[in-house]
Amino acid sequence: MIRVTRKVEFSAAHYYHNPSLSLEENRRVFGKCNNPHGHGHNYVLEVTVAGEPDPATGMVLDLKELKDLLQREVVDRMDHRHLNHEVPELAGQIPTCENIAAAIWLLLMPKITRGRLDRVRLYESPDLFADCTSDQNADGSRPGAGVRG
Amino acid sequence: MKLSLTRRYRFSASHRLHSANFSEQENQRLYGKCNSPYGHGHNYVVEVTITGPVDPSTGMIANLEDLDRFVEREVVEAFDCKYLNEELPEFFTTVPTTENVVREIFGRLKNFPTAQLERVRIEETSKNSFEYLGEPSGAGQ
Repeated sequence: MIRVTRKVEFSAAHYYHNPSLSLEENRRVFGKCNNPHGHGHNYVLEVTVAGEPDPATGMVLDLKELKDLLQREVVDRMDHRHLNHEVPELAGQIPTCENIAAAIWLLLMPKITRGRLDRVRLYESPDLFADCTSDQNADGSRPGAGVRG
Repeated sequence: MKLSLTRRYRFSASHRLHSANFSEQENQRLYGKCNSPYGHGHNYVVEVTITGPVDPSTGMIANLEDLDRFVEREVVEAFDCKYLNEELPEFFTTVPTTENVVREIFGRLKNFPTAQLERVRIEETSKNSFEYLGEPSGAGQ
């Protein structure tokens, strides 16, 4: 099996606020990220597709198709947008790195028709990223199961 | 779908690779430049990966400020600007290779209270990295 990864970038604004918490609780839980004016990041998205190369083309999938898919499904929806207000896929959710990565996974999963979506890695900054992966290995077992510290 | 979150931290420390089990010549042959008697240092980067359910009320696996405080206290304060061989008791008799450092740091972080520690990865330099995911259940660590 081969893993193929494509990287794209988008810039977006967000802030963290849970309307079911008081203003004080929001400030305590979310700190600076609760600033209602929002703030922004240059997000870097790495999408990994796994599969066997097609013997006729030598490719797991056409990277140009993956590039176009990422542009259409992710960059066009999220680049230069306010994630709290302008992205329906995140409506009702706090746009943390974890939730954005999960939303991107759900957007891409049904659209990957060659190979299978293996991992969505979203960098909010060079020092912070979320990984979204399948909760099953190829053999049906759960990754990390049976591992202890 | 499984989610994990990774945060990168940094510390700078010196070490010397030298084992009392070997002669001076064997140490020199085995560890090369890293056996230099006065030690040398690195800017270590520590990647800490946690996993677990996302709390719907916060959208987070764990509060980053909690994780930062925990890693700062358990690792950065203990390791930063130290000579690992002589200032960390764990390395008085264990050679502070980054294999041993990553296992020591995993042990210090595995009891993070609000999420499960999945992985620790250390970049000793931009060219060398080491990662540890714990041992399978039932195996000794």
